[in-house]
Amino acid sequence: MSKATTNVDFRKVDVDQYEEEKYEDDAVVDDGVTGPNDAEVQALIAKGRLADALQTVLSTPPIASKNPAVKDKAAQVVMKVLTAFKAADIDGAIKNLDQNKLDVLMKYIYRGFEMSSEGNGAQLLVWHDKVFAVTGLGSIVRVLTDRRRV
Amino acid sequence: MSLYSFGLDPVSCHAWNKDRTQIAISPNNTEVHIYQKSGKEWTKIHELTQHSGRITGIDWAPISNRIVTCASDRNAYVWTLKDRVWKPTLVLLRINRAATCVKWSPLENKFALGSGARIISVCYFEKENDWWLSKHIKKPIRSTVLSLDWHPNNILLAAGSSDFQCRVFSGYIKDIEEKPGPTAWGSKMPFGEMLLEQGDDGGWVHSVCFSPSGNSLAWVSHSSTILVTDAANKKTVTQLKTEYLPLLAVLYLNETEIVAAGHDCCPYQFSYTGPGSLKYIGKIDLPKQNSKVNMSAMQHFRNLDKRATTENENTDLETLHQNSISQLCIVEGDRSKVTKFSSVGLDGDMVIWDFKH
Repeated sequence: MSKATTNVDFRKVDVDQYEEEKYEDDAVVDDGVTGPNDAEVQALIAKGRLADALQTVLSTPPIASKNPAVKDKAAQVVMKVLTAFKAADIDGAIKNLDQNKLDVLMKYIYRGFEMSSEGNGAQLLVWHDKVFAVTGLGSIVRVLTDRRRV
Repeated sequence: MSLYSFGLDPVSCHAWNKDRTQIAISPNNTEVHIYQKSGKEWTKIHELTQHSGRITGIDWAPISNRIVTCASDRNAYVWTLKDRVWKPTLVLLRINRAATCVKWSPLENKFALGSGARIISVCYFEKENDWWLSKHIKKPIRSTVLSLDWHPNNILLAAGSSDFQCRVFSGYIKDIEEKPGPTAWGSKMPFGEMLLEQGDDGGWVHSVCFSPSGNSLAWVSHSSTILVTDAANKKTVTQLKTEYLPLLAVLYLNETEIVAAGHDCCPYQFSYTGPGSLKYIGKIDLPKQNSKVNMSAMQHFRNLDKRATTENENTDLETLHQNSISQLCIVEGDRSKVTKFSSVGLDGDMVIWDFKH
């Protein structure tokens, strides 16, 4: 009992790997969607067609991709679109989105919170507020439970 | 609409007897309490204390008057009333994890039990040895079984699990019943055969319920969605993403109306009329009386002193239940036309709701 009581390496052993019937998450199949086309989206932002840019980025989220770089790049593009909006235009843009796109938008808003960058915070909170007013708590619960992460 | 409070402890599960004069509940511990209705009050008449783990499921068979209880001690008991005392009979489950839910079949000759051992045990009484035996459904369940419901034909069994799937199995036991005829779900039904496996985007399936005819199956998931599979229409799935907190219990009130309740503490009504048309109808709840009383200056000052605010802050929820609803049960009417249903919740209250068709 007096020997090796300070040794806590046993706490670092991953016992789950020895479980025979371990749950493997195989639900998501990579369907090759690689996210929105950066150049196309930039062009739309430059032309001021922000609502269209939003529709474009939300219709091709690389949810199924197993490559984190693809997901990061897509998230950056979405952030560019979201920050380009003026507060007054957000309501109009949200009205045209269907339930699925609203859920994807909420996922990206939380992704934006994760990738904390200077100055984005306030704009993201405005977006969060407006989307929440339309979709309620359900969309936030879906961000937390959906295994297809954006 | 009537509310009765069983105390401060959450009511984990409840079951009614045949004429709804007695209710069996578990106050979130290892005991089952049976209450008898006397006027507007409920008095405790029995305490069933055989389990050593928290009770997770109770079901009361109306015709044969037997109660089955299951708990986290990996056991289940079937209780029969002898000389006005409930006597337990152990069920040989052979599971190595907690039991989570239990349901008598419509003809009450068997019951199904879900467990954390990723197994559904379908148990029946074997006369020769005078004990309850169980047959296991293992494949392809990959996580805890959270809820069960029997099809009206006494053979098919729906199971919701925390591996995000809702499944329909055959619970046909050839020792005690005859071969079933084909149904809309399938025609070959040996024991353990899976006739449907449907997943959601990633929410645990908290509750499942067959429609009165058995042709459609509704289930609620932790991703705040309610889904219905229609066997009469090629098993198409219709999904409705709600804007509320996750629902924990679902119940069919007639062939098209569904009531579901959960963490939002009030029952919601949905309507399913065909593939693609699952609609939210509204809340089923009493509107809270507006309690704006004219406050005297003394009360204003008292509020300011105690709570640093002059508003009359009522911290109660606006719904009848003050905490999540964990289970819904039919009280009056048969499956095809429910006129009253009951809900119990984590606030220790039991509410009986009326429903007009």
